[in-house]
Amino acid sequence: MRFGFSEDQKLFQATLAELLTDECHHEALAAAWETDAGWVPGLWEKLAAMGVTGMSVPEEHGGIGLDDTDLVLLLEEAGRAACPEPLAETVAIATPLLAEVGGAHADTWLPKIAGGEARAAIGLERERFVADAAAADLLILQRGDALHAVPASSVKTAARDSVDGARRLYAVEWTPSADTLLADGDTGHALGNRVANRAALAAAAQLVGLGSELIRLTVEYAKGRVQFGQPIGAFQAVKHHIANAYTQLELARPTVYWASNSVAKNTDSIDLDVSTAKALASDAAHACFRAALQCHGAIAYTYEYQAHMWMKRVLVLREAYGSSAWHRRRAARSLIDG
Amino acid sequence: MDLEYTPEQQSFRAEARAFLEAHVPKNLPPLDTPEGFPLHVEWEQLLFDNRWAVVDWPEKYGGRDCSLLEWLIFEEEYYRAGGPQRATQNGIFLLGPTLLKFGSEEQKDRILTKMARAEELWCQGWSEPGAGSDLAALTSRADKVDGGFKLYGAKTWSTRGTFSHKTFGLFRTDPESERHRGLTYFLVDLQAEGIGVRPINKLDGDEGFAEVYLDGVFVPDRDVLGEVGKGWNVAMATTGPERGLTLRSPGRFLAMADRLVALAKDRPDACDDRIRDRVADHWMKAEAFRQLGLWTDRRIAAGEDVGAESSVMKLHWSHLDIDLHETALEILGPDAESEMKNGAWMKSYLFGLANPIWGGTSEIQRNIVAERILGLPRK
Ligand SMILES: Cc1cc2nc3c(=O)[nH]c(=O)nc-3n(C[C@H](O)[C@H](O)[C@H](O)COP(=O)(O)OP(=O)(O)OC[C@H]3O[C@@H](n4cnc5c(N)ncnc54)[C@H](O)[C@@H]3O)c2cc1C
Repeated sequence: MRFGFSEDQKLFQATLAELLTDECHHEALAAAWETDAGWVPGLWEKLAAMGVTGMSVPEEHGGIGLDDTDLVLLLEEAGRAACPEPLAETVAIATPLLAEVGGAHADTWLPKIAGGEARAAIGLERERFVADAAAADLLILQRGDALHAVPASSVKTAARDSVDGARRLYAVEWTPSADTLLADGDTGHALGNRVANRAALAAAAQLVGLGSELIRLTVEYAKGRVQFGQPIGAFQAVKHHIANAYTQLELARPTVYWASNSVAKNTDSIDLDVSTAKALASDAAHACFRAALQCHGAIAYTYEYQAHMWMKRVLVLREAYGSSAWHRRRAARSLIDG
Repeated sequence: MDLEYTPEQQSFRAEARAFLEAHVPKNLPPLDTPEGFPLHVEWEQLLFDNRWAVVDWPEKYGGRDCSLLEWLIFEEEYYRAGGPQRATQNGIFLLGPTLLKFGSEEQKDRILTKMARAEELWCQGWSEPGAGSDLAALTSRADKVDGGFKLYGAKTWSTRGTFSHKTFGLFRTDPESERHRGLTYFLVDLQAEGIGVRPINKLDGDEGFAEVYLDGVFVPDRDVLGEVGKGWNVAMATTGPERGLTLRSPGRFLAMADRLVALAKDRPDACDDRIRDRVADHWMKAEAFRQLGLWTDRRIAAGEDVGAESSVMKLHWSHLDIDLHETALEILGPDAESEMKNGAWMKSYLFGLANPIWGGTSEIQRNIVAERILGLPRK
């Protein structure tokens, strides 16, 4: 039993954190809101150069073949930076699926993903709309039990609103075909469940990063902002808001790391572990968001200050791939009825 | 990351499980009662004789030199098997580790084995009528005399004080000193002359507390723990682990969450979706504490300072415990009222309600998280 990360894993995390600090700071993020794709121009190429896009691509397809336990810290960093690129969708969800199915789709897409030439979008049946469907290159789409790999050129998209200004959401019209099919029947069903678990885990990891950054911002602000002749962070009511959110977050954190192993190894407890991680991370990040907003006062309620971009990402990801209510319900079924 | 237990760890678990399943006593009367206490002590002696009382202690004091991880495994098995509350806990979990760190060889040899064997039972003497959360406001004093000290004052809320042989706590040895300076850590014999012990009933009606009066009680020099005047530092080492994993291990809450799931299975008609959601939520939070324990174990092994993070844990389990019981009571409905046997839901709810008060209230824990972990200003 060794529940921790290796030095290599931590080093990769630190390297990515550095890149995102330089390239995906809040001004870059604010600028991304104004672009067509909602992405930070040039960032994806830098992620590819660093090897991030090829992390989960098997070696024979030009990647480094790492698994979910290697990815989880990177997704947390992406969350910490509120990074708008489809990193989770491409690296943590689409790539492992393509690698597992193999065949022509894997041969076509995996080298492109490793090289930073293709980004993926994910459309599971439970989610109504598909983020990044217009600008992505490959769409992983679900219909019933079947999963398909659909080139973006063959779908029709209609834009939808999102609360998060970096999210480009679309309703997608598409026709499944033998050419696009990855798997169906029982295999498709099982793979679909695995994709959904991976997606929930990826959202949970980002939520932990988002929550951490909101706590950090709030602590910094509370140390500097003076009212009644003292930093507001010296008021106990303010301290306790932050301490409560932090406590929730620190309990969610290990469940996300734990679930990354369950997903990587496809353990018997995968559903329960992923549901635990997604439910606790969703609730914790939400608590961080509420504490951040309250402890900043009006400034965090505006576009003058960066926190709102993190808050909106929390609002989106906490509902994505199963809300905490959905995951608790799934867990209750397996615990009580199972 | 390797989340499999090693074959050695698995066989340690199996050995603990076999012993506990065969020997855990069932249906004991409550610990804090004249009928229950001696039976709990008997159980402690059986644990000791089989070297299960203090698995993480050195062998020469009756332990097995186990790692923190093995201790966590033992605790999971202990509560899984339905093991009763530990009569020795204030000694083995609080004073014991402090003695191992600060005690002289003479003190360790004299005290530890008897403590572990439940031959000498210890209670804590920190709180005073005028000093609760603000422990440094304590006024009990110790005057230097030939060969030792004479102690004066009153200590209160001493858990199991009426059943204990000894107490440990802080007394002011420097009358000129203020706050946490000039305090000394004493080990005090409750049978000594000048001691008065008054029982106080807890919320559940059991005689769980005592007020201890000291009127010129002689304590020899050899019963000073650590240096004279440095008692605060020694005491902080006692309350440190108390707040984290060691006094309330994840195993307890895992067992409780499993009991709650079993209750929900038994009474499906009492469980609408809202209740089922809560059952799942409590179970997840117990599981999260288990995982945090294993995560923390690795952080400690890597030499990280996790001291103040014990406050995160105490906040978590204190409230999880209460929430979980409230869900159970709601499932039980009118049947909850008579769940007053040892370990039954109402009884253990009343017990758990004290979590956010003892060992540093939740408000104090939040201050610690905010100030020591997050670095928010004290003033
Ligand atoms: C079941 C149980 C077992 C116990 N066992 C022992 C024992 O064995 N030995 C022993 O010595 N003591 C024991 N205690 C006592 C315990 O340590 C004290 O109750 C605790 O430290 C709080 O002190 P108090 O009760 O005087 O409350 P107070 O300190 O008076 O607090 C009352 C309220 O004020 C709040 N408050 C106080 N200071 C602050 C602050 N700075 N910021 C915000 N809020 C604050 C508290 O959080 C609390 O809500 C036990 C208590 C219980 C309930």
